[in-house]
Amino acid sequence: MQAAPETGLSEAEIHALGEIAGAMIPADAVLGMPAADDPAILADIARSLGRDLALVREALVAIAAKSRRPFAALDEEARDALVNEYYAQGGAAAVALGRVVLSAYYRDDRVLQALGHEPRPPFPKGYRLDQGDWTLLDPVRQRPSFWRDDRVTPTGSR
Amino acid sequence: MASNEKVDVLIIGSGASGAAVAWSLAETKMRILCLEQGDWIKPTDFPSNGRDWEARRYTDFDISPNRRGRDTDYPINDDNSLMKIANFNGVGGGTVIYTAHWPRMHPSDFRVKSLDGVADDWPVDYWALEKFYEENDRMMGVSGLAGDPGVPPRHPPMPPIGLGKTGARYAQAMNRLGWHWWPSDTTIATTDYEGRGACINLGHCTPGCAQGAKASTDITYWPLALRAGVELRTRCRVREITTDEHGMAAGAIYYDADGVEQFQPAEVVILACNGVGTPRLLLNSASSRFPDGLANSSGLVGKNLMLHPWPIVSGYVEETLDGGRGPINCIWSKQFYETDPSRDFVRGYTLQFGRGTGPATQAMMGAASGLLPWGRNHHRHYRTMLDHRLSIGVACEDLPEEHNRVTLDPELKDSHGIPAPRVDYTISENTRRMMEHGIARAEEILTEAGATQIFASRTALNYPGHLLGTARMGTDPERSVVNEWGRCHDVKNLFIVDGSIWVTSGGVNPTSTIQALALYVADQMKQRLATLFD
Repeated sequence: MQAAPETGLSEAEIHALGEIAGAMIPADAVLGMPAADDPAILADIARSLGRDLALVREALVAIAAKSRRPFAALDEEARDALVNEYYAQGGAAAVALGRVVLSAYYRDDRVLQALGHEPRPPFPKGYRLDQGDWTLLDPVRQRPSFWRDDRVTPTGSR
Repeated sequence: MASNEKVDVLIIGSGASGAAVAWSLAETKMRILCLEQGDWIKPTDFPSNGRDWEARRYTDFDISPNRRGRDTDYPINDDNSLMKIANFNGVGGGTVIYTAHWPRMHPSDFRVKSLDGVADDWPVDYWALEKFYEENDRMMGVSGLAGDPGVPPRHPPMPPIGLGKTGARYAQAMNRLGWHWWPSDTTIATTDYEGRGACINLGHCTPGCAQGAKASTDITYWPLALRAGVELRTRCRVREITTDEHGMAAGAIYYDADGVEQFQPAEVVILACNGVGTPRLLLNSASSRFPDGLANSSGLVGKNLMLHPWPIVSGYVEETLDGGRGPINCIWSKQFYETDPSRDFVRGYTLQFGRGTGPATQAMMGAASGLLPWGRNHHRHYRTMLDHRLSIGVACEDLPEEHNRVTLDPELKDSHGIPAPRVDYTISENTRRMMEHGIARAEEILTEAGATQIFASRTALNYPGHLLGTARMGTDPERSVVNEWGRCHDVKNLFIVDGSIWVTSGGVNPTSTIQALALYVADQMKQRLATLFD
């Protein structure tokens, strides 16, 4: 098999990864969400496998074995059931697959904008955090101190 | 083997305690050298500079050295422990990747035997450490609010982090329940402070702060210590402490940045490698004179490891909250901290209330909990989670047990061939009951706050990297490794200043106490310079 550049996976494995990622996170036109097998997102997933390559490869093999026929040939309901069942029981390989798919998916510009988030790194702009209502602390301020002072109470609690 | 000019004081480890002791001893004008196996980390290195900031929490800034796998890390066999080991190897050590929560131990934490009849009392008390807590708060720069009825008086130099929408939601629930809460003390600067910029809310602070608002010792103690003449050598991995014909520490053998074996002689050696690194080094320093490891006549080096079991209980509300747009630090509660005879366990816990997370992390947490489905229902369910999350950590006191321990793995080695540590650890029945009590209270709070989809993660995902107790303090050489001021009973020019000297763990994040203890030991050393080895 020929390896796709910079991913460590073969073209066939990337194709299988796309089919599974697309089932894990399908598109939702109403919400404006692309699927995880969108070409740009899938390329990001494949490029980002890094130290998870072996585990992801293991996950692809396991899912193929569970599906018993080509994954893409399953209907949508069966694909949903399979990926949910595999993730719940698949151990480290399933966690790794979920991590690489989610990490790439939820940094895509279109995804973040559809969620009302700005597509940018936190630094240097940062974010705004409200002070909130500090009068909520007033009843707590009225409490007497209740930590145990070992200079006062040699045994037991106050 | 290359040898170096002898120094007066050799410190091994540049993290929380190594930096503090280096700075404090610098005023003696002794020649002080610190060896650090990691690198300096530049602000531009931190994940929040890039679009892959969330993914890097699980790669080169992961809290687990086994997952992170930098060439400056060493592997740890923690297979036989539910709680995994977290640390960071670099200038600043664990302070580079801690959450900057800054509670102190309570006075009762130092008197658990006298007050509650369990474990052992410390040979020092809160009041002996109080002025060092204060000094350390000024050095690290603490944000908080005086007047908390749940803890002894303290004087944070900066105002607290804002409550935000998330904090207000918790506070309303806690007030309805009549339970204590207070804004958490933190070493995140809320104003410009000693050259550090104020926090600009870059999100979860664990993988480092690009703004420099979070205090780590590479930007607090170290610049001052270096200016005072302390030398710091990076990428120097110590293999063993050697001893002379009198049984005194002679210095350390280490591998330099080029992998060349070096010997560094010293008059005094101070270990600051924390609760896994320090016992590993002592055990790797076995010799014919010290066949069970250096400073180990008690047999307690590596034993009594405490890791702070830390369940996290989360839920989701309809209101849009702060999400990941701010430090995770928010408020704490001491309502259940002190021992209550009506409960089925002794000692207690702090409740720590967190903000939300970034988009990818939220999805990972949702999937891991089984609440976020894959497939057609993914998007609609995810929208009930992102920026709607509440989460409460239950910081449980972990009592010392000798079977919880660090030993040397018979097979695993680091990249220099040095035997790696192995951790064996179980959670005690007392702690399990405490965890369940805390989880139940957290569920009550979240329900009161209007949350649904409540989920308790007991241990699998939560390992705070609090590595304590493996070279404990005490006055009895048969029951402790170091004396009441940090000097090894067996080797009178060998000191330990890190979390390994803790006798018990309290139910709090340990860094403020680790550093207060390091400053206390340094102060004791300065007072006894003429008789240090007597």
